[in-house]
Amino acid sequence: MHELSITESILEIALRHAAEAEADKITDIHLVIGKLSSIIDDSVQFYWDIVSDGTAAQGAVLHFRRVRIEIVCQACGESYHPEELDLSCPACGSRDVRIVAGEEFRLEAIEVE
Amino acid sequence: MKERIPIVEKILSANDHIAAQNKSALDSAGVLGLNFMASPGAGKTSLIEHTIKKLKDRLKLAVIDGDVATSIDADRAAAAGAQSVQINTGGECHLDAIMLQGALLELPLEEIDLLIVENVGNLICPASFQLGTHKSVLIASVPEGDDKPYKYPGMYRGVEALVINKTDLLPYVEFDMEYFRQGVEILNPGLVTFPLSCRSEEGLDAYLAWVETEMEAHRRVVQ
Repeated sequence: MHELSITESILEIALRHAAEAEADKITDIHLVIGKLSSIIDDSVQFYWDIVSDGTAAQGAVLHFRRVRIEIVCQACGESYHPEELDLSCPACGSRDVRIVAGEEFRLEAIEVE
Repeated sequence: MKERIPIVEKILSANDHIAAQNKSALDSAGVLGLNFMASPGAGKTSLIEHTIKKLKDRLKLAVIDGDVATSIDADRAAAAGAQSVQINTGGECHLDAIMLQGALLELPLEEIDLLIVENVGNLICPASFQLGTHKSVLIASVPEGDDKPYKYPGMYRGVEALVINKTDLLPYVEFDMEYFRQGVEILNPGLVTFPLSCRSEEGLDAYLAWVETEMEAHRRVVQ
């Protein structure tokens, strides 16, 4: 349950950028979360309502954009999107693979008034 | 009037930034930092005690212990012969770089060769937070069951070495070593693995040799 400290980080980043833009209120927050990141949306939402209370981001809507896993096999060059835990290459069976997407965990944008 | 502000900032960038500072503090003092992660009861503290006892004549060791409460683990490390600092996270399920930064200030880094950070016992959260240590070591143990790599992929993907502790219990519990290692291989191919028993000390030497090799390699890099 590290969603609390993560939610606090989201708030800190959002408030900092809103202040730089001299905005009064943050209405929406857009998050990008890779499927390999162990983040529970509902849990972030739960803490969000608590930590954002009384700040310029109070009541802001959280948008979660999930990114699917993308892997490039270093042996044969195959690019694929595994749904299962097994990340090995479906074409040649190699486990020498590079994860190119799915580990994202970032704030993409905020909307302010 | 609504305005969209693009940001593209990693949510844990503040933590990552401090982690980089921790790493450079360790590097400039020539300290090798190992991050020990495991579930509660896997034997992190026992392994640390053995590491201290076996290597303290050759290396100066320090231990930073993370726990939700108490200083039991730091006391054990100190009794074994290492300098130790306890971090009580007060409910947090992991150590983060900021907590480690505070603890590093309490240690005379210039006098230390090897720093072991004992993370909070947990197979999920510690994997998400970089500390600034050089290598992460996961300590699994036989009684936990052979399905743990499959259940906690994030933890098994992000480590540089794996210890399988309590191998002396293999005759008494259901643990399919082949199935366990298959799960590890899928997530982290070629991971350096040390099956051992802290209790019988069987297999301990290979792990200790790895620690000393890493220490040597680190010295060459920072020099």
